[in-house]
Amino acid sequence: MLLLASVVLALKLGAVPVSVTELVWDLGRIALGRANELPSEYRMIVFDLRLPRILLGILVGAALSVAGASFQALLRNPLADPYVLGVSSGAALGSILALIIAPGLALTTPIGAFIAAIATIAGVYFLSRREGQLDSTTLLLCGIICASFFSAIIMFLMTTLAGRDLRGMAFWLMGDLSTPISAGMQWIFTVGLIAGIGAIYSTSADLNLLLTGEREAAHLGVDVTRVKLVVYVSASLLTALAVSSSGAIGYVGLLIPHIVRLIFGSDYRLLIPASALCGAIAIVLADTLARTIVPPTELPVGAMTAMAGAPVFIYLLRRGLR
Amino acid sequence: MNTPDTFAQFSNGSDERSKREQTVRLNVEQASYAYSTSSQSVPTFTLGMTSFQAREREIVAILGPNASGKSTLLRLIAGTIAPLSGRVELDGEETSRLDIRSRAQRIAMVHQESPVVYPALAGDFVLQGRYPYGRALRFANREDIEIARNALSQVGGEHLAKRTIVELSGGEKQRVILARALAQQPRLILLDEPTLHLDIGAQVELLERLRQLAQENRYTVVVVTHELGLAAEFADQVVLLQHGRCLRVGSPAAVYQKELLEQVFDAPLDVELGPAGRPRVNLRARRGEDIS
Repeated sequence: MLLLASVVLALKLGAVPVSVTELVWDLGRIALGRANELPSEYRMIVFDLRLPRILLGILVGAALSVAGASFQALLRNPLADPYVLGVSSGAALGSILALIIAPGLALTTPIGAFIAAIATIAGVYFLSRREGQLDSTTLLLCGIICASFFSAIIMFLMTTLAGRDLRGMAFWLMGDLSTPISAGMQWIFTVGLIAGIGAIYSTSADLNLLLTGEREAAHLGVDVTRVKLVVYVSASLLTALAVSSSGAIGYVGLLIPHIVRLIFGSDYRLLIPASALCGAIAIVLADTLARTIVPPTELPVGAMTAMAGAPVFIYLLRRGLR
Repeated sequence: MNTPDTFAQFSNGSDERSKREQTVRLNVEQASYAYSTSSQSVPTFTLGMTSFQAREREIVAILGPNASGKSTLLRLIAGTIAPLSGRVELDGEETSRLDIRSRAQRIAMVHQESPVVYPALAGDFVLQGRYPYGRALRFANREDIEIARNALSQVGGEHLAKRTIVELSGGEKQRVILARALAQQPRLILLDEPTLHLDIGAQVELLERLRQLAQENRYTVVVVTHELGLAAEFADQVVLLQHGRCLRVGSPAAVYQKELLEQVFDAPLDVELGPAGRPRVNLRARRGEDIS
């Protein structure tokens, strides 16, 4: 319901004002298959520009939140999230490299992003492992260092690649929903999202036990190796999908699971679907805010999430240190 | 102490009980293990051939100083590692060959307390012990909840169910962890240094409780410890390890010899035989002697 309300709100708000009652009527008309009766300019703004963007926001928000929630369980670290661990930056680099190596092919960006995301999480994981123990401080440091290293390479590539749209790239890197993705990509994204979240959800009981420790989980009958493999691959897939279509939107994967945890508790069987839903709502709202805060200029949504997310991250870090 | 319904299946006639007691439940036969950094290099630690047998209701203490191979032996028994030679059998099945779920239905492990990432209710924590019996998402059914409640009451922790793990004291936390192990309805309970962070009262209480539970529910209990006094008081059998070698296996009275223990633990000790044939160990300060 809340998601529906925020969708309507997002449709309404924008540089061109539209009233809520009209919108509800129009949505009804569309549902009845009488879309042609609407004025064309208005229809273009609301349904061809805003609606696809909102749908993309829903997909991206759900993907990032679920990825964040599952990283937090696997690494037993409340500060884990695709952005903080460097997976987002890795995926961004991957998709840029894929664009350079094989431009024009339809699936290059998500595939490149996926491979790079898997490689990044594997790298960060093994770098921060010492004598079989995963040290959470080292883990965060490794993630953040990887993230800035990849950003540096991306900067290098962007400045040396002449003739590209620099401002568009910069927007995309900060996380931006304004570049529409093709209809084919939308289908792939939706299928990938459902597959990824489904795979993670099927292990949610195992994740509950993994939170108490890998050894303990193994003694309680969890196939730790299998669960870790499934969740790492699925979470990387979700991150890659989100990044390749809308850039590196930060902190959503960190913030949303924590908010959900405060409301619903930390049972992953509830946490995973609730995170997906809340993540979708949060991104749609954040993007609406980004579009409307200084009209008619649009901010990248990543800037909005970072503005809200960074203080919360610091709060969690301080609370964890005590 | 009333026996809960869940374990009614165990309370058979006394004839069968005495017959069952004869049979060996845990059989460790010439088991050895070696850790090495790679398959070619010289092992960094080896556990030599170790053999002992345990029946139901028995408490076995694996005793030794640090780095004597206690935890390795425990992992061999738990089946998380396979022995290099020999065999470890639980009711005739090799523990390392069991699949993960059936192993969790037979063997429960109580670790030293581990850090908790998110605060869970103690009741939910105990319910985790039902995991190996569940289906895909493991939503607990009424039977699971009943078993978990019984497990918690058996450790005297009914009042803890609605409290979160983080607000419990060390002793209470250890009880909740033990209750989770009971909820697994195992035949064999393994404990790795369970008394490490407990004060002396909680230590005695834990071991008293273990002995009582082993009697009532026919568990076999294996405890890794370096607490000489507690092992002497509560164990039916002691396995004494030093530098990865199994030195002695036997009753506390047979294993606790002054010279042997002084050498293994590198400390001057006095051993005397207390009532009920259990030895008492007293530490003695090295007065006037040079500490080398």
